[in-house]
Amino acid sequence: MKCDNCNKAAATVHLTEIKGGKKLEKHLCEQCAAQNEGLPVKTHTPINELLTNFVLAHSGLQKETGVGGCEHCGITWADFRQSGLLGCEHDYGVFEKDLTPLLQRAHEGATHHVGKVPARRGEVGVPMKKSVDLTRLRKDLSRAVEAEDYEKAAKLRDQIRQAEE
Amino acid sequence: MKLSDLTNHAGEWLRGSGPMSEIVISSRIRLARNVAGFPFLAKSSRGQRTMLEGRIRETILSSQIAPQTLYVDLEQATDMDRQLLVERHLISKPHAAAEGSRGVAIGENETISIMVNEEDHLRIQVLRSGLQLEEAWEQISKIDDSLERRLDFAFHNRFGYLTACPTNVGTGIRVSVMLHLPALKLTGEIEKVFRAAKDMRLAVRGLYGEGTEATGDFYQISNQTTLGKTEEEIISDFKHVVIPKIIDYEHHARRTLLNDRTTALDDKVHRAMGLLKSARLIASEETLFLLSHLRMGINLGRVKDIDVRTVNELFLLTQPAHLQRIQGRKLEGDLRRAVRADYIRQRLGGV
Ligand SMILES: [Zn+2]
Ligand SMILES: [Zn+2]
Repeated sequence: MKCDNCNKAAATVHLTEIKGGKKLEKHLCEQCAAQNEGLPVKTHTPINELLTNFVLAHSGLQKETGVGGCEHCGITWADFRQSGLLGCEHDYGVFEKDLTPLLQRAHEGATHHVGKVPARRGEVGVPMKKSVDLTRLRKDLSRAVEAEDYEKAAKLRDQIRQAEE
Repeated sequence: MKLSDLTNHAGEWLRGSGPMSEIVISSRIRLARNVAGFPFLAKSSRGQRTMLEGRIRETILSSQIAPQTLYVDLEQATDMDRQLLVERHLISKPHAAAEGSRGVAIGENETISIMVNEEDHLRIQVLRSGLQLEEAWEQISKIDDSLERRLDFAFHNRFGYLTACPTNVGTGIRVSVMLHLPALKLTGEIEKVFRAAKDMRLAVRGLYGEGTEATGDFYQISNQTTLGKTEEEIISDFKHVVIPKIIDYEHHARRTLLNDRTTALDDKVHRAMGLLKSARLIASEETLFLLSHLRMGINLGRVKDIDVRTVNELFLLTQPAHLQRIQGRKLEGDLRRAVRADYIRQRLGGV
């Protein structure tokens, strides 16, 4: 199968999008897919490869967001691009803008943790309620998709996006 | 407990029992955690690394996560000991090969292992035989809680548990189920499973995790998404959707072989048994493939006088480091293959 976008390279990334209650399928090559943000991705590409491609395609971001290195561990966005590994816990805050789209790609569109919280953190007030609501919304969404109720699915997806902001 | 005590038996998780054990070899859950206030390992100095290793070691040993915990200092361990731990799934290949201060704590019949200073400061793992994901989660979450009482883990209100690689952030959980799928392989349908797994955002790997080929018809299926889903949701997906589906496929393929291709099936099984019982030189890869067919034959009732537990043990004990440990000497090339063949013949009552 050829890429829907450039019609040259082989389509290895398969995207499903719900628009106006209709399910759309896109078949893209890795490069075109990497330029295509914010969609829930169905992919046949190993995750590390996906990350690398995505990071490379967004190498321009560094200048735009003007992020320097982390003052705690000294890592720069370029270092991270090369190794795929972060240097310290602060990097998630320092590179939050650049990391967010990447995390969405790697985690089916998710940008917020909804799982276990350290006992001590729980006491000092993590926004747990929001997390629970999101979990419920996501469950409803997958049920709607399963039932092929795309209108409802589209609504739920908007709600999830809003809640995530 | 000493490291040498591990050699002569298979770990608890290989006892060949537990739910769905004719297809599910083991269930594994891993949690990635980092200690707040220390850089991740890529940016740690030698001194920080050593300090961290000491502190985590002490925390694990004083937390009494298991009645008896063996701690292995991997910087000091021999190549063969490290290889032995890889063969038993207690440490990863990269952890065995790395340098600097690092270790592994092993507890409760090898169902628990905690790697210290791998890609993350801690990689807690619980391994169980058969399909026992909820049990494994309950156990690992308790271990996590008891370590958390003494260590501050790096945690972010939005991103959850912070990990060195963003692909693990959030829950830090990796759920892996090891499956034995010989019939799907024989009927040429295994590709379907791979495709389905990838559509569900799961990774399919070989016997020893990332970057390893599937050998002897064993496949490890793991989640790739760690953010935006709770641990329970991820586990429930595996238990109720993913794994039952694959088990159904394999059962169906086994029934097809049994009903429509009985002679071809028996030929595969008995050829494998014949080779295992009579070979004089045998390589470890060939051993895996033959044992795989024999195991399927036992599970389908085509072989009655060999216990599946014996076969499970042979998978483990015929690997290079185990074989050399049992023999108590270094073995290379043809000598190793000869010793392996002797050992298998002796265990299976061969000629
Ligand atoms: Zn293209
Ligand atoms: Zn940093």
